[in-house]
Amino acid sequence: MRAADLRTPAIGIDSVEHQARLLRLWETAPGLKGFFGTVDHKRIGIRYIVTAFVFLVLGGLEALVMRLQLAGPNLSLLTPEQYDQLFSTHGMTMIFLYASPILSGFSNYLWPLLLGSRDMAFPRLNALSYWIYLAAGIFLYVGFLTGNGPNDGWFNYVPYATRDYNPGLNEDFYSLGMVLLGISVTVGAANFIVTAMRTRAPGMSINRLPILVWGTLTASAANLIVVPAVSLAFFLLWMDRQFGTHFYEPAGGGQPLLWQHLFWIFGHPWVYAIVLPAMGMVSDGLPVFCRRPLVGYAFVAMSTVATMILGFGVWVHHMFATGLPGLGLSFFSGASIAITVPSAVAVFAWLATIWLGRPVITTAFLYFSSMIILFVIGGVSGFMTASVPVDWQLTDTYFVVAHLHYVLIGINVFPVVGAVYFWFPKMTGRMLDERLGRWNFWIMFIGFNLAFLPMHLTGLFGMPRRVYTYADNMGWNTLNLITSIGSFVFAIGVLLLFVNVVRGLRSGARAGANPWDGPTLEWSVPSPPPAYNFAVIPTVTSLHPLWDARLSPSATASSLDRGMLLEQGKETIGTTSLDATPDMLLEIPGDTVAPFWVALGASGTFVGLLLKNWGLVSVGVVVTALAVLAWLWPRRALGEREVAS
Amino acid sequence: MNNDTAVAQPRDLPVGPLGRAGLGWFGVGTLVATEAALFSYLLFAYYYTGAAAAPGWLLEPHPVLKLALPNTILLLASSGAAWYGERGVLTWRRRQALIGLGCALVMGTAFAVVQYFEWRSKTFSLGTSSYASLYFVTTGFHMAHVVVGILVLAAIFGWTALDYFSPRRRLVVSAGVVYWHFVDVVWLFVFTTYYITPYLGFGK
Amino acid sequence: MRPLLGYLDALGPQAQTILPLTWFTLGVSVAVCVIIAWLLWVAVRRARANGGALETRAVPIERGANGINWIRTGLVISAIPLLITLVWTMVAIASISRPRQHTELAIDVTPYQWWWQASYPGQEPTESFTTANEIHIPTGVPVLMRLHGGDVIHSFWVPKLAGKTDVIPGQTNLAWLQANQPGRFRGQCSEYCGAQHAGMGFEVVAESPADFEQWRAAQLAIAPPPSTPAQQRGAGLIVYRCGLCHQVRGTAARALSAPDLTHVMSRRTLAAGRLINNPGNLAGWIEDPQDIKPGTLMPNQYLNARELSDVQAYLELLK
Repeated sequence: MRAADLRTPAIGIDSVEHQARLLRLWETAPGLKGFFGTVDHKRIGIRYIVTAFVFLVLGGLEALVMRLQLAGPNLSLLTPEQYDQLFSTHGMTMIFLYASPILSGFSNYLWPLLLGSRDMAFPRLNALSYWIYLAAGIFLYVGFLTGNGPNDGWFNYVPYATRDYNPGLNEDFYSLGMVLLGISVTVGAANFIVTAMRTRAPGMSINRLPILVWGTLTASAANLIVVPAVSLAFFLLWMDRQFGTHFYEPAGGGQPLLWQHLFWIFGHPWVYAIVLPAMGMVSDGLPVFCRRPLVGYAFVAMSTVATMILGFGVWVHHMFATGLPGLGLSFFSGASIAITVPSAVAVFAWLATIWLGRPVITTAFLYFSSMIILFVIGGVSGFMTASVPVDWQLTDTYFVVAHLHYVLIGINVFPVVGAVYFWFPKMTGRMLDERLGRWNFWIMFIGFNLAFLPMHLTGLFGMPRRVYTYADNMGWNTLNLITSIGSFVFAIGVLLLFVNVVRGLRSGARAGANPWDGPTLEWSVPSPPPAYNFAVIPTVTSLHPLWDARLSPSATASSLDRGMLLEQGKETIGTTSLDATPDMLLEIPGDTVAPFWVALGASGTFVGLLLKNWGLVSVGVVVTALAVLAWLWPRRALGEREVAS
Repeated sequence: MNNDTAVAQPRDLPVGPLGRAGLGWFGVGTLVATEAALFSYLLFAYYYTGAAAAPGWLLEPHPVLKLALPNTILLLASSGAAWYGERGVLTWRRRQALIGLGCALVMGTAFAVVQYFEWRSKTFSLGTSSYASLYFVTTGFHMAHVVVGILVLAAIFGWTALDYFSPRRRLVVSAGVVYWHFVDVVWLFVFTTYYITPYLGFGK
Repeated sequence: MRPLLGYLDALGPQAQTILPLTWFTLGVSVAVCVIIAWLLWVAVRRARANGGALETRAVPIERGANGINWIRTGLVISAIPLLITLVWTMVAIASISRPRQHTELAIDVTPYQWWWQASYPGQEPTESFTTANEIHIPTGVPVLMRLHGGDVIHSFWVPKLAGKTDVIPGQTNLAWLQANQPGRFRGQCSEYCGAQHAGMGFEVVAESPADFEQWRAAQLAIAPPPSTPAQQRGAGLIVYRCGLCHQVRGTAARALSAPDLTHVMSRRTLAAGRLINNPGNLAGWIEDPQDIKPGTLMPNQYLNARELSDVQAYLELLK
């Protein structure tokens, strides 16, 4: 080993000179170069969050127009084709362009701060995952805004999605857009997995990870394995549509149910991937407002993983009515019933934490605690559909629509809004207004339940899904009217969140480093954090570093003020996977526009594929390849090649 | 109150990736995992469609191995060459490295060319039936990965020629070679599925 | 008023097997929600403070009780209804997957965008007939439905009698129906299938075995010849215009891509359950189907007033 290959990092405390040196190394350049080239996880995280909220609003507006159409029988505000594109785009937007990216955004922002690190494992890949997400979202919405939005529902069954029945560009936009989006999700997942395994603060052993980390890690491991299924499904659909293949079409020996298997093998783990990180946010945030640690940390962490593992084995419950043999039905029914067990662990843990704690009611607390009952309502309606014979009546009715909105809004949206109230001070250095927050909460809570609780009844009364109108004598009139009214109330509630955020940015009260007196590492740095996160790398000895002194006065406290300085370059510490023992110094790349160019090249390629313009495809592929080459070109500063001898 | 704090004070930490110990190794691991999943789903599509298909689904009940079997051996050999080249980097033998990586590059390209002729020799095309579609798209996906692998081998060949690497600083070489081995292993599964299982009775 | 597509009233053995399990799971679900809501309410009511950051910081941190028992107890209590549901589910699946006795009658149902073809096969071609959107069955016996995939995926659902079965192109799924008593049972397509998915209803009419045989015999009859001049003109229009898609047995209208009209006036509804079958609705449908069901595959006919009344005059014969 040459001397320069190894270094003993200097240990010390923070100082003004040290901070200045770190800022020079870490801060993103101003102007366009910084905008297109930043690899700072905090900036990327905020971009994800803002973009995801834009899509939330778009998806919400789509829903409101649908609810106007459905407010009464036989209305003709929309043609069937318009309605069909609206409900499909609404589903696609919420599930793919909001629900996962919002959690990626919070995780991106928070993980290094929670883990005591200065950035993610692959900062450039991080930037790429955002740019491709943005590109895919724009690609899909260009389709929608030109009247070529998806029109076969978000799960897009064949043969209706094939060219014979769907000749326009709608399904091509959806198919190619989803393949492009899949790249973003996959690289993001890889980043989270390696970050969690290798870039933690010394001492942050695996049993000291915040539950948000467990949640996103689990979701990422799942996504890595199942996103290829849906990308493949869409790719094969595009092939059937544009190149005359016969994957799905029976006349040529294809199998329509192949689509459903490939889609749901992805789709079911996906719905856990879009709630487990949010459950993690509740598990990390709720205890702060109960002034005590979470009950049953180990149970909750293990149940997160168990839920995901079981989640791989239930996909056929979306296909109970397709004519499968009884043995298969029983197995998947059993697995679907069983999965309520690990998911319930978190509910009991949260209830116990509130009951055995000393709760303080704040807006964030209201969101984190109310989601418990919304979770349970969504969970039990899911339990009902897990029973095959019951599902044979419930499936494809508004009962399932009620179920899915309770689980998605209850276990994703409400925790996310709580997370906004909880972490906004950290991200911006300002507090959100509590009074407005209460209005925000109650209007959202009342509006949501007004809209979706009656929907269970609408479903029990037989109203099928995806109908653009209904006859006068079906018995659904009043229920639909109530749902439509509730949806508008809910929308007003959501609007208040944005009002509060804008007001907070302009004139919110200043927040210090730890306004809520929280236990985890992100609360030990200034609000907002400097570009380098931690001036000195902390060493942790517990799950609650900032509560050490009070919870376990006799134990060795975590070290927050004194630690590795790591100021020789843009670097952070690499640690082992289980025990988080430091084992290498990680050289972090600086700002670079290579990820942006890769995203641009990939987008060009996909636009070319959509238009079957092979020249554009070639240009896109070449640009992508060259940008990847530039990205991967070995650099001395990163230790990827030898210093010149 | 206990005033001890535990400050991690590690000594002699590697600066950046040394040998295979680096984040890039985990990165290529996640790449391999996700691509392996992709090929699993492609093969699932074959077995699912074939199991449900009417008799006569196999357009070649006895697949012709004349090109495919030697080609498989060629690809396996190219992995051997890549391994040999990587060892050259590991033992600071630049010549061995260039020969090994260069041969892998040539053999990989030869595999692609032979595969192209294999495709041309088929009596069916992409749109003939579900079997045909599965065959061409699956081997096509593999071919796309081969092409990427050739570009990767070319890049690490070039960087080796520019004398970038040493036994310590060479993670990208190891990562690239692992990717090439992965492409090889995938081919074994694809080859077995399409060329061997018909002889074992599947799809008849 | 009971909702037409509601399944909380069960009028056949399958629905009657499903309904108690539905009530049980619903009851468990409501009970769980009430218990959790109560626990949450009581827990939150014990809040020490209400406010923002200052109020939060003012409450000191304490480790608090271990609380693992909450999780253990919760899991154990939840396991019981889960287990009962699982066992009951498996029993119910076994019970309703197949009819309990041999089915004498089998009907071939083929859904298309956006209507339901029902063929009643007989021993001879002369004993077979096809109808649309109104499926008659005798009461008290199980009737086999052979569900053939036509164009896209649809789903066959008669809530008051049984659960759903998808109809998938390339395969034939088997379902069975049995009604305890005579009655009209509304059905609805339950898998999104395109623009008029919302308009793809149907009716299952259960009749006493005697009435059913009477209906079957009547359906076998071919169309009577037109007698009045209006009917003759109407018949001509039917053959040369409607016959491009529709069939009227006994005439030269022999196409199979739209509902069989041989006995259209014997049906209670038109347009897959969208309209009651009366002269006004019939005229409106023929004149402007796109207005009633936008996107339907039946194009507007642009008949003038006399042509329309001639057509209706002939159709009146097709009882």
